[in-house]
Amino acid sequence: MRYGVLALILVGAMAFGGCSQGVLDPRGPIASAERQILFNSLGIMLAIVIPTIVATLGVAYWFRSTNRRAIYLPDFEYSGRLELLVWSIPAMTVLLVGGVAWVGAHDLDPHKPISSAVKPLTVQVVSLDWKWLFIYPEQGIASVNHLTVPVGTPISFDLTSSGVMNSFFVPQLGSQIYTMAGMATHLQLQADHPGTYPGLSANFSGDGFADMRFTVDAVPADQFAQWVTAAHNSGPVLDAATYADLAKPSKAVAAFTYRSVARGLFNGILSSPSAANEASPLIRSTSQRADK
Amino acid sequence: MNLLGKLSWSAIPFDQPIIMGASALMILGVGLVLSWVTLRGYWPYLWREWLTSVDHKRIGVMYCVLALLMLLRGFADAIMMRAQQAVAAGGAQGYLPPEHFDQIFSAHGTIMIFFMAMPFMIGLMNFAVPLQLGVRDVAFPTLNSVSLWLTASGILLTNISLVVGEFAKTGWVAYPPLSELQYSPGVGVDYYLWALQISGLGTLLTGINFVTTILKMRAPGMGYMRMPVFCWTALATNLLIVAAFPVLTATFAMLLLDRYLGFHFFTFEGQGNQMMYVNLFWVWGHPEVYILVLPAFGVFSEVISTFSGKPLFGYRSMVAATMAICVLSFLVWLHHFFTMGAGADVNGFFGVMTMIIAVPTGVKVFNWLFTMWGGRVRFTVPILWSLGFMVTFVIGGMTGVLLAVPPADFQLHNSLFLVAHFHNVIIGGTVFGAMAGYTYWFPKAFGFTLDERWGKASFWCWLTGFYLAFMPLYVLGLMGMTRRMQHYDDPSWRPWLILAALGALVIMVGIACQIVQLVVSIRTRNERRDATGDPWNGRTLEWATPSPPPAWNFPLLPHVSGMDAFWTWKESARAKQPVAKDARDYEAIEMPKNSATGFVTAFFAVVTGFALIWHIWWMAALGVFGAFVTFLVFAFREHDEVEIPARVIAQAAGAHQAEAVP
Repeated sequence: MRYGVLALILVGAMAFGGCSQGVLDPRGPIASAERQILFNSLGIMLAIVIPTIVATLGVAYWFRSTNRRAIYLPDFEYSGRLELLVWSIPAMTVLLVGGVAWVGAHDLDPHKPISSAVKPLTVQVVSLDWKWLFIYPEQGIASVNHLTVPVGTPISFDLTSSGVMNSFFVPQLGSQIYTMAGMATHLQLQADHPGTYPGLSANFSGDGFADMRFTVDAVPADQFAQWVTAAHNSGPVLDAATYADLAKPSKAVAAFTYRSVARGLFNGILSSPSAANEASPLIRSTSQRADK
Repeated sequence: MNLLGKLSWSAIPFDQPIIMGASALMILGVGLVLSWVTLRGYWPYLWREWLTSVDHKRIGVMYCVLALLMLLRGFADAIMMRAQQAVAAGGAQGYLPPEHFDQIFSAHGTIMIFFMAMPFMIGLMNFAVPLQLGVRDVAFPTLNSVSLWLTASGILLTNISLVVGEFAKTGWVAYPPLSELQYSPGVGVDYYLWALQISGLGTLLTGINFVTTILKMRAPGMGYMRMPVFCWTALATNLLIVAAFPVLTATFAMLLLDRYLGFHFFTFEGQGNQMMYVNLFWVWGHPEVYILVLPAFGVFSEVISTFSGKPLFGYRSMVAATMAICVLSFLVWLHHFFTMGAGADVNGFFGVMTMIIAVPTGVKVFNWLFTMWGGRVRFTVPILWSLGFMVTFVIGGMTGVLLAVPPADFQLHNSLFLVAHFHNVIIGGTVFGAMAGYTYWFPKAFGFTLDERWGKASFWCWLTGFYLAFMPLYVLGLMGMTRRMQHYDDPSWRPWLILAALGALVIMVGIACQIVQLVVSIRTRNERRDATGDPWNGRTLEWATPSPPPAWNFPLLPHVSGMDAFWTWKESARAKQPVAKDARDYEAIEMPKNSATGFVTAFFAVVTGFALIWHIWWMAALGVFGAFVTFLVFAFREHDEVEIPARVIAQAAGAHQAEAVP
């Protein structure tokens, strides 16, 4: 009966997870492949886990002390064949799932470019206390807490942090990855369907963590071009001074865009993460000029 | 210059009604107990028989008492978190502001792992291992008392942080740079670090003590392959402690240097590397989960074998599996951060290693299954916990292997799926094991059994409550909810979180049933006395002693001639064969003297820790000096043993035999 309840819950999980923007409702090739791996591994293991649970409860019940029909073997403590079976069942299972893990780790390596005829779009991601900055170096614009990407185009992310570690995660597009100050991580994702997908930080980063969310708008290529043009025409400029301003801790920041971005800002943040507190040589020189 | 360092009245959060209420309750509770003890004049008895005791059985009991108290504290945190997440949906902020909520989940994790699960397991090992080995004490009895009281010091410091100052707001892992001075300038992280440094030292000393005991002090004839499986798992656990805890101590020492003396081990300035902390933390952290669960595996092995009326199936396999887990547990740490962005080969290697560790674990499950096969399973409370464990742990193991697949982990890392997974194995494994062991050995410790009906009620509440509380978290993880969220927007998460909160309430009923069980059992103890010392028809040597055993455990050291030593004796007695063990005369026994060393050392440890947290340097120096003087006094002691005359021993042994022999 307990197993029945569990099955019900798992089925419920699939159903609810599916209709609610979770990892079971993928909208891109990476997330789809990861869901498939999730199902494959789960399937392989359920094939052994369910019989084990049933057998445990069945054996315990049948050999209850009041059941006089059950045989009593008070000295049954070793059987070479059973030992072989006992070691080989989990070993075989692990062989299968281990294969899935090894192949999957290579196929879905976050570094690995997505094979596509379309030229990838580069987005630089900086996690700040407590918001996300997305820099589009090729377009020369940036946005906060809002990421717009063209559908069907591989997105190549370079990620870092201004201080505390976060994890960049869009469940419906696939893999998450840490953002760490002074280090750059890389991630390749792609959205296959237009839509709005929630994104979040998956690594606790302090008081404003719960509001460290963003939305991803996956739009057709022409709409993306329109969005870029619109972004060019409005919003402040992101340079060392405005970055230092942005980097100050703030919670639940509404999304907005920057119409232009100082060149090399991402690399500046990378080489001197705490620019907000003690500006890097590169950023300091520009910001001091700005002060004067 | 301020004589009290950073300490001032503003350290006490008078403006926080929830914290002040909780503190008042805690202080009231402690005050009531202390005044009750004072009024009844129990202090001399407590001091003589418990606080200064170096008897491994008493120390074991005190560890378990501490663990049960901390279960209540940690559980109160859990209820608050579940209540917060059940209400803080949409735009609502709930009743806990982030700075409070963050402390609660950090304290919950720290307390449950370091001050509940681990002391419980160490308590059971303290109580049962020397008895099962057929010896009179552990290798270093006074050191054992020091270990206990250092653990208690860590517990005290953590609970002081509720009233004076704050606790860490970093999660129980305290990753830098969040835990560095720049982002956590308060005393919270210092409380966390010093409490765990002090109690960690106690744990390391326990490890040394038990490895020595098991390797060097076994009854005559008790070869390694005749040791009960619980002793094997205890050996593996303590080897893990000895190998892993120094890593934690060193890691925390580096973070302390960063925080106190401006070092740059883990900062991103000055060539520090935060991921070095994360690696080192989990080099300790993954063995730690086996430190928690291996003793529980041992308990289940004893319980299932005893209540099936059969020897453990595949003993050699079990030993091999235990030692395999012991070694492999050091080769899997990176699976805690596949999302760091290491290469595919690294991730693949650690993923596969993690799965390989599931093989010996799976072997254990099947061996327990075959232990019941052909047995006569008595459905007592300990076996219910064991069956609940087998079913629950298999599910938790499965989700664990799922998380070990790197691409799956990329999606589920740090989500509530992960939270559900580790509660599934820690509650299903360690807590159920602790409860099984508690019920199983309680009559041995106190001489009367625990009430079965309340025990069963408690088990069913815990089991149902567990599934209600944590299955929804698997769902939420798949829906994309991450852990440690003080509030959230997505309204479709809320029903599941309410369900989880209800589950926590059912577990609370289970805990209440356990308290009632204890009270009822104490009140009816005269009807439930265990006169024979063997209430469960046991198989191992602890059941050969009276309940409770005398301080010296065995009047004559038992001669062991096979596995399940006590069962073998009973078999030969039933066959009316003469039992050889009574041939010798009783002799006087030297037992270690009580010592206040542990208690006094711990007092100075608390003083030192508190002073360092608040930067009260003179007091820290005083504390270290006091601890050193205590050590000197102990080192230059003249007598450390008392002789128990043969007459007393013969008398006690005679009384037991009159009851035990049919």
